[in-house]
Amino acid sequence: MGNRKQFHFISKVTCSLFAVLCLWVVAVSNVHAVIEIEITQGGESAIPIAIVPFGWNQAGQPPEDIAGIISADLQRSGTFSPLNREDLIGSPVSGDIPRYGNWRLAGAEFLLIGSVGKSGSNYSVEFQLFDVSQQRLLTGFNFKVTDQTLRNAAHQIADEVFEEVLGIRGAFNTQIAFVSVEGEARQKSYKLQLADADGQNPQAMLTSPRPILSPSWAPDGVRIAYVSFENRNQSAIYVQDRQRGSRKKVISKAGINGAPSWSPDGKRLAVTLSFEGNPDIYVLNVDGGQTRRITTSPAIDTEAVWADDQTLIFTSDRSGGPQLYEVSASGGRAERITFEGNYNASATVSSDGMNIAFVHGSEIGYQIGALDRESGLFQTLTDGTLDESPSFAPNGQMIIYATEKGGRGTLGAVSLDGSVVQSLSLDTGGVREPAWSPFTN
Amino acid sequence: MKKTAAITCTILVSMLLGACGTNPSRSNNGNATVQQATVNPVTIDGIDDGSQIDPDSIAGKAPKERVIFFDFNKSEIRPEYLDIITQHGRYLAQNPTGRARLEGHTDERGTREYNIALGEARAKTIARMLQLQGVSSAQTRAVSYGEELPVDEAHNESAWSKNRRVNIIYEVEVQN
Repeated sequence: MGNRKQFHFISKVTCSLFAVLCLWVVAVSNVHAVIEIEITQGGESAIPIAIVPFGWNQAGQPPEDIAGIISADLQRSGTFSPLNREDLIGSPVSGDIPRYGNWRLAGAEFLLIGSVGKSGSNYSVEFQLFDVSQQRLLTGFNFKVTDQTLRNAAHQIADEVFEEVLGIRGAFNTQIAFVSVEGEARQKSYKLQLADADGQNPQAMLTSPRPILSPSWAPDGVRIAYVSFENRNQSAIYVQDRQRGSRKKVISKAGINGAPSWSPDGKRLAVTLSFEGNPDIYVLNVDGGQTRRITTSPAIDTEAVWADDQTLIFTSDRSGGPQLYEVSASGGRAERITFEGNYNASATVSSDGMNIAFVHGSEIGYQIGALDRESGLFQTLTDGTLDESPSFAPNGQMIIYATEKGGRGTLGAVSLDGSVVQSLSLDTGGVREPAWSPFTN
Repeated sequence: MKKTAAITCTILVSMLLGACGTNPSRSNNGNATVQQATVNPVTIDGIDDGSQIDPDSIAGKAPKERVIFFDFNKSEIRPEYLDIITQHGRYLAQNPTGRARLEGHTDERGTREYNIALGEARAKTIARMLQLQGVSSAQTRAVSYGEELPVDEAHNESAWSKNRRVNIIYEVEVQN
């Protein structure tokens, strides 16, 4: 695969906020694109963890640096601070008994060790996670994988560490969908791409000469709804099966066919249609049948997302500027829920329904804001001027969004408390409209 | 001495737990959840949507000014464009076979789907004005691309002011 990785640790700073923690660049040969992830701001109290390079039962190097992938995942989350490799005081592998005292002196609170074995075309990946101060094993098991799923095994180990230490399900073994644009005017190529949550292994599921918009994952992680302008006179909403490569035109009426959002039960899509006069929210059954009109205001109503199976949150400018409203998915009175400033749009809801993130416009531009539903506390999380398209990770810990850097569209990710920021860019063109996948296992 | 014993005990327990760590049920669980994310790609090409045809060759004697610009976040017509729209209205009303596509666009600020709606509002404002002059509703078609097709991709006010527009594109040639 020709992966090349670079870790630049500026220093082992323990101060509260530190800029440019590390940068790694990975070339992905099969798509001729380089995805670059940069952590621009680290967490306040990252947990030090020693991640020892995994043992390998063959000559030479293993096909993937499992410890490196886990390290990068945990580092990127901002909640862990993996020790530098040169600071590791030993190289235990699976089955070894850790010298806890030494690891404690090295500054590690947790220790992760493991081994990779090859037999035929299969690999077995084994790991153990230790609590250094309590001097005990926390968890450990093994995976049987192929060279196609070695990286997934590493992400899953990162998920296990995250959950074991923090009690929160990890979202490292998930994916992101996004839209990329390459080429000059009138020769553009739009791609709906899927990549691992660390930006690796991007694959185009749809390539079109005309704009693609608003990808939304079904809860099964297999189907994706999106808007296509492949017909110049008439936009359409499609549902595509990523595995089969089959797609179905769900709706294409006169006017707007936009902003699809999959219901948590996977049966319905909330969409924006304007064939009855102006943009309103509708709910339709994915497998056909009735299309139900939810809003009827003469203003712009769009960008509906599901807070739960019965509730929608959408953008409306019925009060002047765009604000977020909540309405029953069977229709009825809509309740305004944002009051901070005069531009709040394009909501994403955490899976527990407790937090909403959205685009917040002010005189300094457009940033990602978040609202705690219980306390009503509003917070601006990012500091760009053109930040948009926020999408929650399935564990609600991070929000991925589109931003602009050096005149080009890139993706950013920020933690819910705003303390961790990372960016992801494609060297061949702009990227935008990220959508974080659901948990797929 | 007691402490050393305690640590030894911990290590022994750890070793036992370590053995448990690779127990089959956990291992099976691990195997079951490592999936390969397969993608079967779809490519759309060979679209013949008439976009290669030079709109000027169709427009015939239609008014030459065919771009209407808008203020930020607004779909109201600026006074300096009223006359141009009136000329198009007169032309289409006198040529009932004439057809025009009204393509609404916005600048990049604000969310993409809201901008799709804003672009449509701009196109529909012009469609309504044309209808007031006797143009039939079948003669115009409002399509919004929101911020997706900017004429200037720079991120500044000069680019934004060029991108907030409705393009009046004639689709059927008329003789008059």
